[in-house]
Amino acid sequence: MTEQRSVGYWGSVWRKFRKDRLSLAAFIVILLLFGIAVFQNFIAGNKPIVLKYQGEYYFPAVFTYPEFYGTDFKELDKTLTQGEFAIFPPVRYSPTENDLLSILNPPSKEHWFGTDDRGRDVLSRMIYGTRISLSIGFVAVGISVVIGIILGGIAGYYGGKTDFMVSRLFEVMMTFPVFFLILTILAFRDPSIYNIMIVIGATGWTGVARLIRGEFLRLRKYEYVEAAVALGGNDFRVMMKHMLPNALAPVLVDATFGVAGAILVESALSFLGFGVPPPDPSWGDVLSQSQRYVDFAWWLVLFPGAAIFLTVTSFNLVGEGFRNAIDPKFRANE
Amino acid sequence: MRDYIAKRLLLLVPTLLGITIITFFIIQLAPGSPVERKLQLEEGIKSEAITQQIVEETKKLYGLDKPIYERYWIWLKQIVTLDFGRSYKDHRPVIDKIAERLPITLTLNILSILLIYLIAIPVGVYSAVKHGTVSERASTFFLFILYSIPSFWMAMILIFFLGGGEYWNLFPVYGILSPGAENYPFFEKAVNFLWHIVLPVFCLTYGSLAYLSRFQKGSLLEVLREDFVRTATAKGLPRSKVLLKHALRNALIPIITILAGILPAMIGGSVIIETIFSIPGIGQLGFESVLARDYPMIMAIATISAFLTLIGILISDLVYVLIDPRISFEGKS
Repeated sequence: MTEQRSVGYWGSVWRKFRKDRLSLAAFIVILLLFGIAVFQNFIAGNKPIVLKYQGEYYFPAVFTYPEFYGTDFKELDKTLTQGEFAIFPPVRYSPTENDLLSILNPPSKEHWFGTDDRGRDVLSRMIYGTRISLSIGFVAVGISVVIGIILGGIAGYYGGKTDFMVSRLFEVMMTFPVFFLILTILAFRDPSIYNIMIVIGATGWTGVARLIRGEFLRLRKYEYVEAAVALGGNDFRVMMKHMLPNALAPVLVDATFGVAGAILVESALSFLGFGVPPPDPSWGDVLSQSQRYVDFAWWLVLFPGAAIFLTVTSFNLVGEGFRNAIDPKFRANE
Repeated sequence: MRDYIAKRLLLLVPTLLGITIITFFIIQLAPGSPVERKLQLEEGIKSEAITQQIVEETKKLYGLDKPIYERYWIWLKQIVTLDFGRSYKDHRPVIDKIAERLPITLTLNILSILLIYLIAIPVGVYSAVKHGTVSERASTFFLFILYSIPSFWMAMILIFFLGGGEYWNLFPVYGILSPGAENYPFFEKAVNFLWHIVLPVFCLTYGSLAYLSRFQKGSLLEVLREDFVRTATAKGLPRSKVLLKHALRNALIPIITILAGILPAMIGGSVIIETIFSIPGIGQLGFESVLARDYPMIMAIATISAFLTLIGILISDLVYVLIDPRISFEGKS
């Protein structure tokens, strides 16, 4: 028996998305960035991926061994005897490894992207910055999507007075000079990575909330929703189970653009010195160093900026392709 | 129409209240008061008891010894009389410091908004008319790239290449006037000023410009598919007339409302760009006040920029109603 399975809604969206080669390329770039974020320890670091030492195998890049506490593996590498070996990551520097003998070196064979004013390897800092940027982007957007769905859902589902009150809250948030607010909050709390995620998330939910509100106001009048309510489904169940799935696609498009925006805000914060606390690496932080050496240190301007740009563009392109793929539905909401 | 404006102005009040309450509570509930910070900076370390006494006295001086809701009420009562208090940093009236700097930021941003609209609309029309051609696709892609370039990166690149490092020295990258230029005759001073703000205004402009021209293109393409455009073409009007008189007028409407969305972002942009280019505007003042925990200054800047944004949104809504006869004031409210 052969069963022809239908591709379903998301399957057909993917088919359309795939046809736009630029968006597909951007999607692949994002996957690569994820790869870098997940496998950062195998790509850069001063600890070997595999070490055979005195007859034993070690994986210092992944695990910490008490017997190697404080060991400089590069020195150890020179003392290895026959049959012993160490395989280092392609970039042999840790992002926090200072080398005062090679400060502000231009790109060379040793440091492909040059070094910063503490002699740290720029490429290594950028590789480790990928995980920070992506996680801030995704967690912040996750937070704002949840807030947006809850507030937008309440406004759209109940309508009337509730809608009026919640809409005032939207208006407050939309007219807020948000970047200034974020800067203020972070200046008054410690700028930890979690605070950055929470603050960006808690200030960026208006887009999602308005989408959900509009969609819920429309869906609320549909017979199937009335039926669900009449059958005794409680409000929460009706909203989450029957209404939300029909409003999800435009929200996901908005979230994709949101990730780009959140990464941009994080790098701007780090650039101003309010971002990820040192010595943790961040693209914005590397770029902010360039302010002091702008008359010659082009590698501090070019590489981190290009990384931010590439990531932001990719998320925007994917969002664009995604929006075009779900177009008929999205258009109806506008 | 008067009723509509009155109603909208009335609705400004709760929004502004909301913004000030959120800002007030965020900064006042934060750990580390400005008093301790000031003492750390100015006094160094003294004996514990004396320091404690100074802290209490200073708190009393600034009214920080009262509970927070009372402080907010006091602040609010002062604001109604446009008294924003004195800066903690140099004890000058906040309103004076803002009055000094607001014109600079407004000049930069209004210039930038003018440029955005003057360039984005023709570019959008061009892309809509040439839709699908190779040159249009190239320019659309270029605009997309431009839209995604972070403004602070663009600023650093421009400073690096045009600001007198190893490459060209075409534009100044610091301040708004050359040293000594305050005494130039008016015309030369104006030229000097314009020369200084080329790079900052460019950085404030290109992102929204790219966004807006894409938006304009989409809007015009939609209108071009409408029946009345086909009718106008069918009755033999020249293409330029159909395009500029019938289609573009309708396609401009959504462009105006976009202004409301751009304004809050421009304030954020001013913070970054003014800090990079050392421009003594509101953005830089805001950044410095945040660093110094200057409560009255932060509150005043948040309130004033929110107020200006709300007014901007109101104006764009009014223009919207005025140019689109399909929308009435009654319908909108």
